[in-house]
Amino acid sequence: MDYTASEMMMVAAARALKNDDVCLVGIGMPSAACNLARLTHAPNITLIYESGTIGAKPYVLPLSIGDPELCETALTTVSVPEMFAYWLQGGRITVGFLAAAQIDRFGNINTTVIGEYSKPKVRLPGGGGAPEIASSCDQVFVIVSHSPRAFVPKVDFVTSFGFGTGGNHRQRLGITTTGPSLIVTDLCLMRPHPQTKELLVTSVHPSVTREEIAIRTGWPVQFAGDLAHTDPPTAGELAVLRDLLNRSGQAGGTGPS
Amino acid sequence: MPRFLALADAIAEYVHDGDTVALEGFTHLIPFTAGHEVIRQGRRSLTLVRMTPDLIYDQLIGMGCARKLIFSWGGNPGVGSLHRLRDAVENGWPQPLELEEHGHAGIATAYAAGAAGLPLAILRGYVGTDLPGVNPNIRFIEDPFTGGRLAAIPSLRPDVSIVHAQRADRAGNVLLEGIVGVQKEAVLAATRAVVTVEEVVDDLRVASPNSVVLPSWTIDAIIEAPGGARPSYAHGYYRRDNAFYTQWDTISRERETFLAWMGENVLNRTAPRVGRG
Repeated sequence: MDYTASEMMMVAAARALKNDDVCLVGIGMPSAACNLARLTHAPNITLIYESGTIGAKPYVLPLSIGDPELCETALTTVSVPEMFAYWLQGGRITVGFLAAAQIDRFGNINTTVIGEYSKPKVRLPGGGGAPEIASSCDQVFVIVSHSPRAFVPKVDFVTSFGFGTGGNHRQRLGITTTGPSLIVTDLCLMRPHPQTKELLVTSVHPSVTREEIAIRTGWPVQFAGDLAHTDPPTAGELAVLRDLLNRSGQAGGTGPS
Repeated sequence: MPRFLALADAIAEYVHDGDTVALEGFTHLIPFTAGHEVIRQGRRSLTLVRMTPDLIYDQLIGMGCARKLIFSWGGNPGVGSLHRLRDAVENGWPQPLELEEHGHAGIATAYAAGAAGLPLAILRGYVGTDLPGVNPNIRFIEDPFTGGRLAAIPSLRPDVSIVHAQRADRAGNVLLEGIVGVQKEAVLAATRAVVTVEEVVDDLRVASPNSVVLPSWTIDAIIEAPGGARPSYAHGYYRRDNAFYTQWDTISRERETFLAWMGENVLNRTAPRVGRG
C-alpha cells in the first residue's frame, strides 16, 4: 500500500498514545496524530487543548487551538487560568504532544527566534503553553519533520526545556517529570539515551536509510544498539487518517501551539 | 451600572494614548470591532497585553498604535506568522516594538493575580528556559514553607481591558460562554473595563448557576456590537472565519497590501452607531 512519509510520521506518532492517556495536544501535526489515535486504538484517550477544552472529540481537525469544534465536543471547558493551574501545573496530564521549529540533540525545543533574541533573523511565534507543558506533563512527545534546519546541535533559544545539556540536568533544576521521551519524524523514532539523554535513533521507518537520517540531522546522530524497524501504516490506519484529513480540509498543518 | 455607549464614544473616553490595554479572548470572542475603533481613533504608544496577539494586534501594531507588547504566543494559529508583528520586531516598522515575553501559564496566572489584587503571580514555570534571561520580569523566589523554588512575575493590572461577550441585560450584567479564556480575570484585573456584546436583551438566559456572568458593577461601558468578534467567533452566534485567518497571511505579508486592506476595511468605515440605554 502506498503512503507518504508524512502519513508514516502521523501514524507512528498516534501509535505511541495509549487509551488511558490524558494528552495535552498542540495544534497542527500533534492534533492530527492525537485524533488518529482516538479514532483507532485509543477511543477513550482524553484530549485536552490549552484553550480549556477537556475531553475534546473533534469531528474535523481544528485550525486553531480554540476552534468551536473543540468546545462543542468537549466533556467540559474550563477557563485558561484554571487549565494552566489545576490541570497542567497540577500534574494531571500524562503526555504533552508538541511540535517544534528547532530541536537539539538533548531534546530542547526552540519556537521563539532564529538568531539573536534582540536582533532575530526570524521572529517565531514564541512559547505559548509549551514551556510549562514541557516541564509539567509526565512525558513529552515531539513530532517534527526531519531536516538539518530543525535538528540542530544546539537550539538558538530554549523555549521549552528538554534535557538541557544532558545527563541529570532536569533533576538538578528540580524538574520531576520525564521530559521528551519520544521524537517522531518522517524518517524515524528517536528516544533519549538512558544516561546521557542524547537523542538516539531507535526505530527506522520503512525504506529509510541510516545515511538519509545522518544527512538530515544536524549533529553526528547515534543509532541504538537494538535498532528497530517501524511497521508500515496498516490499511486501516491510513483509511482513518486520510478520512480525517480530507474532511478537515487540511493536509496536517504545522506550527507549534 | 455601566453606561451603554456608542463604540466611538466608549473608546474615546476609556482608551488613552500611553495606556496599558488588554483586548482579551482566547481564539474565541476576540474584540475585533473595538480594536478597529482604537485604530481609527489613532491611539499611540499603547502597551498591548494579550496571551495570543492574533490578527487584531497584528493590525494595531502594523498601524503604529503600540509601543510595547506583553504576550505569550504571537502567531496566526494553524497558519503561520503574524507578519506585521514580525516586521516590527525584525525591522522596526512602522516603529520599534518592545517585547515582554512570557508563556501562557505565566500570563494566565498574572491576570488571575491582578484580579485578586495581588502584586505578583507565582507558578511552577520557566525552569530551564531562556525566557528569564530576556525578560527581567521573570524571577525566582523561595517558597518560605518548603524552600522550593518558584517563578514569580508581576501581576497584570491593565489600565483598561476590552472583551467581547455574547450578551448583556439592560441592567448591564454580561454573560460569556464557550471558551471563556482569561476574560473574567482581565476585566477584574483592570482599572477600567469595556465590553462589546452581540446583543442587549431583557433576559440574559443564564444556562446554569455556574455560568460566567460579569456583574454590572464590574464594568464601565457596554457597547452593542453585533458581529464584534469577526473573524473570530461568538459561540452560539457565528463560526470562526478560518478562511479569512488563512487569507490574512497574504494580506499582511507586505506593507502595501496590509495598508490597503486596513484603509478599505477599517479606516474608511465608521464605527457602528448602535447604542442602547
